[in-house]
Amino acid sequence: MADVQQGERPLSPHIQIYRPQMTSISSILTRITGNALILAALLIVWWLLAAATGPEYYATANAVVTSWFGDIVFTLSLWAIWYHYLAGLRHLLWDAGHGLEVPAAEKLGWVCIIGSVVLTVITLVII
Amino acid sequence: MVQLRLPKNSRITTGKTWPKPEGATNVRKVQIYRWNPDDGQNPRVDTYFVDMDNCGPMVLDALIKIKNEIDPTLTFRRSCREGICGSCAMNIDGINTLACIYGMDEVKGDVKIYPLPHMPVVKDLIPDLTHFYAQHASIMPWLETKTNTPAKEWKQSIEDREKLDGLYECVMCACCSTACPSYWWNGDKYLGPAALLHAYRWIIDSRDEATPERLDDLEDPFKLYRCHTIMNCAKTCPKGLNPAKAISEIKRMMVNRAV
Repeated sequence: MADVQQGERPLSPHIQIYRPQMTSISSILTRITGNALILAALLIVWWLLAAATGPEYYATANAVVTSWFGDIVFTLSLWAIWYHYLAGLRHLLWDAGHGLEVPAAEKLGWVCIIGSVVLTVITLVII
Repeated sequence: MVQLRLPKNSRITTGKTWPKPEGATNVRKVQIYRWNPDDGQNPRVDTYFVDMDNCGPMVLDALIKIKNEIDPTLTFRRSCREGICGSCAMNIDGINTLACIYGMDEVKGDVKIYPLPHMPVVKDLIPDLTHFYAQHASIMPWLETKTNTPAKEWKQSIEDREKLDGLYECVMCACCSTACPSYWWNGDKYLGPAALLHAYRWIIDSRDEATPERLDDLEDPFKLYRCHTIMNCAKTCPKGLNPAKAISEIKRMMVNRAV
């Protein structure tokens, strides 16, 4: 590629000035939920390891996991699973060549966001 | 790589506020990114006031009015003033578009104007597009043929010609590529929506005979596959084209030839 004479030239502002778009926000949420779920999964692994370690350690871990903090983490994780799942379906649709017009892509973004909230509430009611 | 903060020499300071036009009643506030390569200072945002009763309707009209009547040092590219040359691409009100076909009345509140995002700035609203053009050249934007040149011309059916609609209209303004977060973080290796739309334009041209080579060249973790269908490109294209869809078609061709 050609040499870009960066030199002393400033870099023009990007994420600081670009207006968030429906499609860009729903895209970055896919990444954020995916990465957050790794952390939540580690918390569960820690909980299981504690159960295998012994009753005292399990009591500590269980207290954390079932505390209000744990409730928040797992409720958000539930939403993250649903969101990530719906966003994954959206990617499958795109990979098959559907829903790539801007209005359709924006609608699919709303489906992911609203759908994930509705499914989270339904799941919470059922369990 | 992802770097959210601007480098030290790129951070924006508050600039000069120029006087309001006297006696004007219909005034719009316009804030414009300024950087002068000769004064050794950081970029700044200057504030201008434009009398809209004596100004054309487009953002470019306001820019030209400011340059003519308020501040002749304001620097920007412009040529055709009708959305066909792609020179006046810039970031207006948070999205990339052509100043000549974007109306002042499409902006609510103050009009904020920056150069195309995440590009080295030559001066004020002028980005350095050298790398962008080199990426376009790298996809071989011309007809590649192996058979002997026909006596008259390379013929194409009406149906095959129609496959180029929505692709050939691209004016290479760079709005799409510089709207793409993937291009911001990996623009050195990722070709970006504009170059990939052009790549697809030649891949599906029925007269072109280098489709396998073209696909081979794009089979790369960065050149093509940094597209994550964020779709800022299609959303911002001032010509209403859809680079995201073109890229998706290339990806599908990659799969179809592999299975």
